Amino acid sequence: MRRDVDRGLRRIVIVGASLAGVSAAQALREAEFPGEIVLLGDEPHPPYDRPPLSKEAVSKEAPSKDAPSGQALPADPAPRWLRPDGWYGEHGIDLRLGVRAAALDTGRKRVILADGAELDYDGLVLATGARPAPLPGALAAPGVLTLRTIEDAAALRPALTAGRRVLVIGAGFIGLEVAAAAQSAGAHVMLVEVAMAPLARALGDQVGEWMARRHRAAGADVRCGQPVRRISARPDGYQAVLGDGTTLSADVVVAAMGVLPAVDWLRGSGLRIGDGVLCDECCRTSVPGVVAAGDLARWYNPLFDEDMRIEHWTNAAEQGRAAARTLLGHAAAYAPVPYFWSDQYGMRIRFAGRAYAAAEVRIEDRGNGSMVALFQRDGLIRGVLCVDALRELPVRRLQILNRQRWEEVVPEPSPGDPVSGGRQSRPVLQVPP
Amino acid sequence: MKVEADLAACQGYVCCVMAAPEVFDVDEDTAKVIVRVTEPDQSLRAKVEEAVRSCPSGALRVTGA
Repeated sequence: MRRDVDRGLRRIVIVGASLAGVSAAQALREAEFPGEIVLLGDEPHPPYDRPPLSKEAVSKEAPSKDAPSGQALPADPAPRWLRPDGWYGEHGIDLRLGVRAAALDTGRKRVILADGAELDYDGLVLATGARPAPLPGALAAPGVLTLRTIEDAAALRPALTAGRRVLVIGAGFIGLEVAAAAQSAGAHVMLVEVAMAPLARALGDQVGEWMARRHRAAGADVRCGQPVRRISARPDGYQAVLGDGTTLSADVVVAAMGVLPAVDWLRGSGLRIGDGVLCDECCRTSVPGVVAAGDLARWYNPLFDEDMRIEHWTNAAEQGRAAARTLLGHAAAYAPVPYFWSDQYGMRIRFAGRAYAAAEVRIEDRGNGSMVALFQRDGLIRGVLCVDALRELPVRRLQILNRQRWEEVVPEPSPGDPVSGGRQSRPVLQVPP
Repeated sequence: MKVEADLAACQGYVCCVMAAPEVFDVDEDTAKVIVRVTEPDQSLRAKVEEAVRSCPSGALRVTGA
């Protein structure tokens, strides 16, 4: 039964041509949607992969699926395109680049573009992602860099060289990755974070302090609990004044102070908006025929009984698919175990689940730089962070997916080991032979 | 159905192990994927396709029926 045709879907418009939007378009075709698909992107480039922008901010050897294996790439690798040239045409996807959506008229089912043109839709996927939070005026000195687009990365790359003094404001994942890349390239990194530890908002103070030690051990100057009050541009670089009055001099300033969901163009549309576009468990917005996916979607995840908004690669890919299927009438609850990765100083950091509002965190320092942190909420195991412990991740993720009780899978800490919570027996991946 | 991995592209994200542990494992020393079963049973097709799709590096490929 062709439920999409029954629903009168002739043209589906996807606003936002990054990973969530492209995944939605692909999923529509895989579900044999026969109608028109228009994919709007406000950047001039074909859709590209964003994680390398920070994770390989200065790397000389960026991995590429198009490169012959084993060969080093040029110092400035080409962007990694999400799909090959020609893929969009082959799949009947009308990709329109350099086109910004300015407003949405849900009553007339119409997207209003920045140049005044209008585009009617029968079904709509919102996937405009997020943008760096605007800098407070006192920090918005000329030349202060942020990182979200190819152009940002191109400006950042030549600035992060040996001997430069690089001030990174914000110790979230982007800030830590840029700091690690710059420090590894021989720059002198100063990392300033307003919270009491790096990643505190995402993973809590305990893990954050562990991460701060790693960055300090690599030679970075890490200062937490410090707002940056002011940045002044001077002839010889920048001067930063911190909350405690300390001044720091830098050649380069990178602001990595988080992102905001790109919802401004949706104000006045009638859509319910909070921290992101508010969605139900099937990625449906408050307006029929309109779904949302990726960084801008705040949806109810029944697995965690929590409204969440996720700013990572895997969610953009999976939620784009889920939202597309909902639009076609195949609605199912989107209940993933969120996943993300980060590589810093050669550490392979992998996280699955949720650390938000954890009631308990158990850290096992395995030595040699390896660490596993487990997060409990509602009496259940809810999250796992692995640093150089790759085989632990799938095992714990399955426990999270199965909503296993904390006390069943996480042993009590042994006495005399109050910090780490004691060594745990390594779980074994149980799969058929 | 035959599974191939591009070890140069693999970055040890372990998405494939999460999607299809029957087929994939990871070597903790090299941080590269191990294809445990190169010609998995048809019953695993959906899981294997999910593994291929979920790889951020695009390091996996399935060929054949």
